Amino acid sequence: MSLNLLLQNIANGFSLGSLYALIAIGYTMVYGILRLINFAHGEIFMLAPYFLYFGFLMFHLPWWLSVLVAIILTALTGMLTERVAYRPLRDAPRISALISAIGVSFFLQNLAIVLFSGVPKSVHRPEFFRTLFQFGEIRIQSTLIASVIISALFLSILLYIIYKTKTGLAMRAISTDIETSRLMAIDVNKTISITFIIGSALAAIGGILWALRFPQIVPTMGLIPGLKAFIAAVVGGIGNISGAMLGGFILGMAEILFVAFFPELSGYRDAFIFLILILILLFKPDGILGKNVQEKV
Amino acid sequence: MKKQHEKYLTIISIIILGIVVYLAQNYLDAYKLRILNLGAIYVTLGVSLNLIYGFTGQFSLGHAGFMAIGAYTTALLVLPPYYKEIIFIIEPLVWPFTVLHTPFIFALLCSGFFAAIAALLIGLPVLRLKGDYLGIATLGFAEIIRIIANNIPQITNGALGIKGIPEFTNLWWSVGVALFTIYIIKGLIQSSYGRALMAIRDNEIAAEVIGVNLTYHKVMSFTIGAFFAGVAGGLFACLLTTIDPKAFMFVMTFNILIVVVLGGFGSITGTVIAAFLFNFFLEYLRPVEDGLDLGIFSIPKIPGLRMVTFSALLLIIILYKQKGLLGGVEFSWQGLFQFFNRFFNKKSSEGSAK
Repeated sequence: MSLNLLLQNIANGFSLGSLYALIAIGYTMVYGILRLINFAHGEIFMLAPYFLYFGFLMFHLPWWLSVLVAIILTALTGMLTERVAYRPLRDAPRISALISAIGVSFFLQNLAIVLFSGVPKSVHRPEFFRTLFQFGEIRIQSTLIASVIISALFLSILLYIIYKTKTGLAMRAISTDIETSRLMAIDVNKTISITFIIGSALAAIGGILWALRFPQIVPTMGLIPGLKAFIAAVVGGIGNISGAMLGGFILGMAEILFVAFFPELSGYRDAFIFLILILILLFKPDGILGKNVQEKV
Repeated sequence: MKKQHEKYLTIISIIILGIVVYLAQNYLDAYKLRILNLGAIYVTLGVSLNLIYGFTGQFSLGHAGFMAIGAYTTALLVLPPYYKEIIFIIEPLVWPFTVLHTPFIFALLCSGFFAAIAALLIGLPVLRLKGDYLGIATLGFAEIIRIIANNIPQITNGALGIKGIPEFTNLWWSVGVALFTIYIIKGLIQSSYGRALMAIRDNEIAAEVIGVNLTYHKVMSFTIGAFFAGVAGGLFACLLTTIDPKAFMFVMTFNILIVVVLGGFGSITGTVIAAFLFNFFLEYLRPVEDGLDLGIFSIPKIPGLRMVTFSALLLIIILYKQKGLLGGVEFSWQGLFQFFNRFFNKKSSEGSAK
């Protein structure tokens, strides 16, 4: 493989990784706080491009405004799912909450089929997102650059929120011990709602960037990216924000480079991702950046 | 009540079940039979997952993978050789499968066997993991199996799938296998092995301290569960007559998990009830999307509304019945009689109070 082609692939992997990272954050934040695998997160991700599509085409909003509206609506949907489907189950066995998450995932996906129909739709891409940049031999779509820059921007905002604000402190406290945080007068319900809003908003940004990169949207589009982002969160160490970012980048890079180096095995691309997951779990069960918590007798 | 009496009662109820199956098989239409068959297959799947998850506490999301192995094994073994030549159009089928042609029961046993072998190979390394991590790893393995099935057209016919599988599965087979599964797994749970499994579920460290061999018991439970999942996969293939890798996505595992949790964690009775309810609801919600003609105005056909209603129902049940429909209660003759006793006593005491 020529150097240029390699660089090209690395650029692709980087931008795909940044998308996975954006989605993985939502999984990791929810898991960190509620110990719940939020299987509905992939569906939240899928809703954002649809909101964008309808905002722009049906209500003729300016493009930037429809993006904003889409992000807000998606974040609210995320908050609503927690309110309706997870909060009543907070003291129930964890598996019930998981089933509830699966139920929400089925529900949103099929609701999307009913409301938006299963026919693929194509989202509008503004001029800027269609241009190609040429660096010597390497050609990079502006979407790729945009997704890396936008992800980096929002991920740093997120890190700021988590580590420098009171809300972030509350989130970290809850993820350590939910009962004690309640005693410390932290409004647990409010903080969890904020967690879902942030996670869903990041998924929405990921979803919109995804739709700009692969302009066909269908109600089932959240399934596989959702699963992979979740794997990214586990690979990085679930519950750990930086881990989710790292995991996202590793996975995006691994996926692109695997196909680049072994084009004849491209059908096994997803299997390769799962293999990485299993190997990491076997050798470092808490993920790359995860803390090893020993059970006490 | 004496054990002897319970035995008679069980035998009588199995005979009654046999008559019901006979009548159903002969007098119900194909559509209803298919729902009942699916229900019975889900019983096998649910009870086998319940062994791994409900009784041993090992969160496994790999059932769709084991089903896939079983389904493909049975399909390849029962299809007549001349027919295989016709349908394998992407790449010709490889050698041993081109000539193999076995009876259904042997194919089912092979299905279970291969699924169990896969479970053994997967289980030995991954069963060291705990909780959600185990779930994710097994989910990963199931997806890998599916992706492999998608990529070896010389055995699985790739994404096209295998069509025209003889429709061997009838109620005798599906209910028979379900009963057999329940019999074996119930026997296992009530044996000393079962106690060890439940000890692992309740507290792994404590179980190890009192001398339960963790790896051995976990792998055993995982392998036996996978065996029945494989057999159920075989039945599934011969019921639908068409299989392709898409049928075994992780959504399939979720369906089985829903059956287990809705039925009540660690209750075989609950799993049986939930398995049938699940399939009944899934099918009988079809009219929801057919649309309505109310004379003045009409509701148009809305495809997909069935699944929306279904998932909403699922959410309502899990929100209001957090421990599942039966909440871990197991059926027993004694329990049934106690229930009736209490029921009638209550009535008579109410009567006397008046």
